[in-house]
Amino acid sequence: MTTAVKVRGLTKRYGDVQAVGGIDLDIDAGEVFAILGPNGAGKSTTVEILEGYRRRDAGEVSVLGTDPGRPTREWRSRVGIVLQSTGDAGEMTVRETVRHFAGYYPRAQDPDEVIERVGLAEKAGRRVGELSGGQRRRVDVALGVIGSPELLFLDEPTTGFDPEARRRFWELIQGLAHEGTTIVLTTHYLDEVEALADRVAVIARGRIVAEGEPSTLGGRATAQATVRWAGGSVETGTPTRTVMELTRRFDGEIPELTVTRPSLEDVYLGLIGS
Amino acid sequence: MTQTTTAPSVSAVAASPAMPSTLRLGLSQAAAENRTFFRRRDAMIFTFSFPIILLVIFGSIFSSTVEGTGLTVSQLYVAGLIGSATMTGFQNLGIGIALNRDDGTLKRLAGTPLPPAAYFMGKALNTLLVSFVQVVILLVIGVALFDLDLPSAASDWLTFTWVFVLGVLGSSLLGIAVSSLPRSGSSASAVIAMPFVVLQFISGVFIPARELPEWLSQIAAIFPLKWMCQGFRAVFLGEDGATLEPTNSYELGRVALILGAWVIGGLVLCLTTFRWKSRNDG
Ligand SMILES: Nc1ncnc2c1ncn2[C@@H]1O[C@H](COP(=O)(O)OP(=O)(O)OP(=O)(O)O)[C@@H](O)[C@H]1O
Ligand SMILES: [Mg+2]
Repeated sequence: MTTAVKVRGLTKRYGDVQAVGGIDLDIDAGEVFAILGPNGAGKSTTVEILEGYRRRDAGEVSVLGTDPGRPTREWRSRVGIVLQSTGDAGEMTVRETVRHFAGYYPRAQDPDEVIERVGLAEKAGRRVGELSGGQRRRVDVALGVIGSPELLFLDEPTTGFDPEARRRFWELIQGLAHEGTTIVLTTHYLDEVEALADRVAVIARGRIVAEGEPSTLGGRATAQATVRWAGGSVETGTPTRTVMELTRRFDGEIPELTVTRPSLEDVYLGLIGS
Repeated sequence: MTQTTTAPSVSAVAASPAMPSTLRLGLSQAAAENRTFFRRRDAMIFTFSFPIILLVIFGSIFSSTVEGTGLTVSQLYVAGLIGSATMTGFQNLGIGIALNRDDGTLKRLAGTPLPPAAYFMGKALNTLLVSFVQVVILLVIGVALFDLDLPSAASDWLTFTWVFVLGVLGSSLLGIAVSSLPRSGSSASAVIAMPFVVLQFISGVFIPARELPEWLSQIAAIFPLKWMCQGFRAVFLGEDGATLEPTNSYELGRVALILGAWVIGGLVLCLTTFRWKSRNDG
């Protein structure tokens, strides 16, 4: 397994704000890696350092074997980027824009196919400036993937998507991951993390506070379960036994029975300390 | 810690198709810039009508002849305004790129393998087209309304061509370079329009070079606009007008030298100082 992204001791300050306070990351080639964290946690700062946009104060960073602080054209052609904010509302149509960007890359995808995959086929002849916010965001995604990147960075890609567009986006990402593209995405949506990510890192105040598979994050799989019924609740490591005892006590059906483990959201909120 | 191997991707790269050439990308950028320019109707109409309006106003106010020559003052203005149209790239690019830097257009481009030189080339070629249309419009109006005689000698048109091309390229590159000066896109038009207006006043666009104090002429001589105007006067005023020049000559050799130097200097300035990101973007 080759490593796509390797980070050791990454730090970055803006004046008196320590945006990134010592981060280590190892992202394998072919992996879908999610970065989760509250507003201002340092997600964009970290990702934009990996993308070669921002300078780091300290630390070692290697992205596809290259230091992003010294990006080359060749390296740029292998990395796809969807930034958190892109404000330009072009006079060119969706198809013209995607075609134009395809020309930048040595191994571009078919523009019409990419437009179809992001769900803009019907809008292909429209000017980008005339699209809705969520549609424009899909253009951003199309431009991020047009060059057939080996590694794709997405900074909150689905902000502003309607539920159907989000599903479609998930399918696109799953398809790209299936074809072997390494994907690094930041998001605030926990369902997105559960649907897409092989691994997730939670960042708070510039540090990684937890890292792992979404299903086991923060000891989630082995955490105590809560058994609730009309009239009581217990936290227990052996919920099955509790339910059996309750069955006996109620002599059959237990009123309003639920057995829950902490959701990813519960774990996440616990981790970021709110 | 084990060193991670990147061998597979390196070999994949060796076998990968070649990068698109900078020249091809520059032409494709120019096509996209042109398309965008002509679709932005309001901006296009104002860009093309501004020099016309100036010419009509100045040409109508000052319709007298210049004593000692067979020339009218309005003919001087045609030549001067052609110089200023050739320099519009400075203002358009200086402001436009500063705005694009703020709205994220440039940041997006910076994340692609597009070489900066191809981006500059697209801007410069677009400016060449826009300035050319402006100049053609000015010439048509000059001939139709203000007794401008188009030169018939091929050598004059040759002079026109090199003054125009060097002038547009130099001012475009200078415009791209100064776009990095304003702190933000919203301050760009104030920061860049002011020097351009001043430059027009001291470079002989509105006021004949002869009537300027020596120190102002010396400042103007540093910048390309004075030399562009001088070159265009050589083309459109001919021998009659040479006596109006402070040195009694159009000094075409110096014009070529200084405009050429601005093209090279502008390119170096762009390649060394150009920023894709705004100042407050990490
Ligand atoms: N260009 C900048 N100049 C100064 N401070 C900055 C800059 N960019 C980010 N910061 C600060 O660094 C911290 C981390 O910001 P960052 O944008 O990385 O957060 P984020 O995790 O991406 O947040 P969000 O979820 O809101 O996008 C914040 O406190 C922010 O105010
Ligand atoms: Mg962010």
